[in-house]
This record gives sequence, structure tokens and C-alpha cells, in this order.
Amino acid sequence: MDALLHQILAGLSTGGIYASLALALVMIYQATHLVNFAQGEMAMFSTYIAWSLINAGVPYWLAFLLTVGISFVLGVCIERIIIRPVENAPVLGVVTVFIALLVILNSVTGWIYTYTIKSFPSPFPEGMALGRYMSPHELGAIGVTLLVLAALYVFFRFTPLGLAMRAAAQNPVSSRLVGIRVGWMLALGWGLAAAVGAVAGMMVAPIVYLDPNMMGGILLYAFAAALVGGIDSPVGAVIGGFVVGVLENVLGAFVIGNELKLSVALVLIIGVLLFRPSGFFGKVHVTRV
Amino acid sequence: MALLEVKGLHASYGQTRVLHGIDFAMEKGSITALLGANGAGKTTTLRALCAMVKTQGEIRFDGQRVEHRATEDIVRLGVAHVPDGRGTFLHLSTEENLRLGAYTRRDRAAVDADLERVFGYFPRLRERRAQQAGTLSGGEQQMLAVSRALMLAPKLMLLDEPSFGLAPLLVRELFGILRAINEREGVSMMLVEQNAAMALDLADHAYLIETGRVVLHGSSHELKRNDSVRRSYLGY
Repeated sequence: MDALLHQILAGLSTGGIYASLALALVMIYQATHLVNFAQGEMAMFSTYIAWSLINAGVPYWLAFLLTVGISFVLGVCIERIIIRPVENAPVLGVVTVFIALLVILNSVTGWIYTYTIKSFPSPFPEGMALGRYMSPHELGAIGVTLLVLAALYVFFRFTPLGLAMRAAAQNPVSSRLVGIRVGWMLALGWGLAAAVGAVAGMMVAPIVYLDPNMMGGILLYAFAAALVGGIDSPVGAVIGGFVVGVLENVLGAFVIGNELKLSVALVLIIGVLLFRPSGFFGKVHVTRV
Repeated sequence: MALLEVKGLHASYGQTRVLHGIDFAMEKGSITALLGANGAGKTTTLRALCAMVKTQGEIRFDGQRVEHRATEDIVRLGVAHVPDGRGTFLHLSTEENLRLGAYTRRDRAAVDADLERVFGYFPRLRERRAQQAGTLSGGEQQMLAVSRALMLAPKLMLLDEPSFGLAPLLVRELFGILRAINEREGVSMMLVEQNAAMALDLADHAYLIETGRVVLHGSSHELKRNDSVRRSYLGY
């Protein structure tokens, strides 16, 4: 029983990280109807920026904030410079650009920082919290994730800019007619997604260690989370993230073993696509023919 | 001084030319109607004014050349477009739709006052304030589209078939409200309408468009008495 509880709580912690990354995917999907395959590598690159800052002697939380800011700017730049020119290209073309971005970020990081695995510090103390069920880092990661999600919710729900971003994602034509600069809203969306991804990267790096391929598996779980929740539902993505985190941990520990854990994500993806393509919280799209 | 002056306006969708050199002008505070059959180019003319289609020619609004500006920049000059198909933000609430109309304005107190004002014109929208706009009826969405445009505090409203899909009684009510807005607040309007009789009653001036060209223009009085307009568009 103790072991199960432990696994569930650990699952919630990694689940929060999947939830953040899934939310970043959903944010870009809602605005562009495209899945950004480079989201994981963008987060990984951000984490390396944080690592450089911390190694240069910048205090952790300052480095954290700087990294979020730099990632936001980089996200905006990627949209403006790389994505914007292919805005009206066929889907397959854009997907190719995403994959190219993934490969380029991965290689450039490897080239700058080498592929040697590095440890990444946690801002939270060592030892055990919550009566030995969770490490302080796991608990802290959940807290940080929830804080980010709450901030995003408040931003999208209660600020004029958040409203304009939602409007631009839904109906670009009408948005222009009320004076919204739709192109910039998309760029802001990329910036926010990159910033959220950066937080996810910094929270997961102390657990999986830092290397250019660290996000491969995590992105797969994030895809599973986004699909379980419904790729067009931010709330679904968050719940999906926590569900996938717990499932992965519990199944990995007690049923299929840690080596086969990643296949949980694949089974979830295929299962959802087969039996409930719009996810558990997504909208079912009906088209008249 | 003319609020809007258009010279030699051409517009095309891809290879297809729709407007072949249209000229018109409208005075500040006036209501101008664009009449014509389906496919004549009325909607395209309104779209051309907001840079929603590719155009050639000269468009002067409030003394400035605007033909090379982006849609959102023209809107920011005070041009509110009630588009064909209403352009509702279906997944947002009625109030959010209205607040988006005022997106470019920074005078928050005045925006709140304007929200009350449009609720005064359309009390139904107040009842539906928190409701998702996609669940409103067609008529309510049409009121919402007009209200959203009003929230910009525009100098010029471009109204694309505001009577579309409305019951006759509602059409009369809506046109009454448009007249009140024009008279009380001095908002100029350019009106595209299938219902030529009602449009000519509301407008001071009208242009008749056929296959992308202006074939006739004059005061509403003159057009109402013109034989060919009467036979083709008024039906008596």
C-alpha cells in the first residue's frame, strides 16, 4: 500500500511536467491546428540555457526567471522567423519544418554542450517530505506546475490580451476586423508555449538528468496526455498529464516493469485515437456533408 | 469634406476580377446604400475597403490614403465592419464578443458606458450576456455583430446585409436602431442590402452596382423614382 501511494505521488509529480508540456502543445494546436513536434527540444534547449546561467554563478530562481524570459523571446523569434514564412504551406510542409527544428535544436545543443549527461540542480532541499512519500523536489515540481497553470488560466480568462489571443485562435478574420494583430498573437502564443516548456524542462531535468535527448520520452508522454484530454482542450491536457503520469508510474512499477514504461504512452495514444479520437474533454467535430 | 473617397477601385479573388474600377464618395454623417443583384460585387466592395481582398486603386478615409494598410490598421482608424455571415466568436460569451469589439480602445470607463449603451439598444443581449455566443439565435447574432461594431466607437460602419435571416419585424426594429445611431451619434454608415426598398428608406444616397461597376448613383429619392431601379430592385 505504501509503495503504491508512493508511486501515485511520484506519478503526480512527473504528471505535472507532462501536463505543462501537453498544455504548450495544445496552445499551439489551438492557434494553428498543428502539433509542434519541436516543443520538447525547445524545452530541452531552454533547460541548457538555465544550466549555463546557474554554472555562471547566477542564483537558481533568478536563472529560472531569466530562462523563462529568454525562452519566451526565442519562442516569439521562432514563430516570426521560421514558422511565419510557411504559414500557408500544406500541413506536411509545416510538419517537416517542425521536425527540422527538432533535429537542428538537438544537434546544435549537442554541438555546444556535448552529449555528456549533466546533472541539473533542484531548487528544493534534499531528503523526504510528506512523511517519506515524496521528495521535496517532486512536491515542489507539482507546486511550480500548478502555479504556472493558474497564472496561464488567469491570463487567458481575465486579461484583454488573453481574450484577444483566444479570439485570434478561433476566428482570425473577425479578430482582424476588431483590430487585433493576429500575426503577433500567434507569435505571443509561441512565446508562451516556449516559456511553459522551459519550466517543464527545468522541473524534469533534476529527475532525468540533462542531455540533448532528455525530452524524447517526455514529449511522447505529453502527446499521450494531450490526446487523452483532447488536443483542443487546455483543461483536458492538464488532467491528461496527471493521468498519464500516474498510469506510467504505477504500471511501470507493478505491472509491466520500468523498461517497458514508455509503451504505456504509445498504447494510450493508439487507444485514444482508435476509440475516442477527440479525447475525453475535447470537442467532437461534426461536419455536414 | 468627404469621409470616404474611392477612385478606380479594382478587386480580385485570385485570378477572378470582381470589381472593375469603382468610384464613389460619401459625406461625414451620411448613410450610403450599395444596391445590386447577387454577385454584383457589393460585399467585395466592403471587403476591399478593409483590405480583406487584393485591390488596386485609391481609397481615402478621413483624409488619409488607406489602400496599402493592413485590415487591423484600417479598423484602428475607426472603420467597423459588420461582415457577411456575422463573424461571431462562437466559443466566447456574448460579453466577451462585445469587449473584443472595443479591443483597440484604452478608455475603460467609456467602454463600460458603451456596453450599457448597446444593451440599451438591444436588451436581448443583456439577457444573454454570459451565454456562449454560438448558442444565440441568428437574429441575436446579427444584433451582436452590429453591437460589436458599435463598441469600436467607429466613425464609419460597413454593414453587410444586416437584415439577413431576420424576421421582418426585427428588420424594421434594427433599421430603426441604425437610424437612431446615425442621427444621435453621427456615425456614418455604408449599407449593403438585398432589401432595396428598406435600404433606400434608410439611406440618403445610393449606388447601384452591376457586375463590378457603378451603373447609377444619386440621392435615395432619385433612385426610388428611377424606372429601371423600380422595376429591377423594388419590384413594382
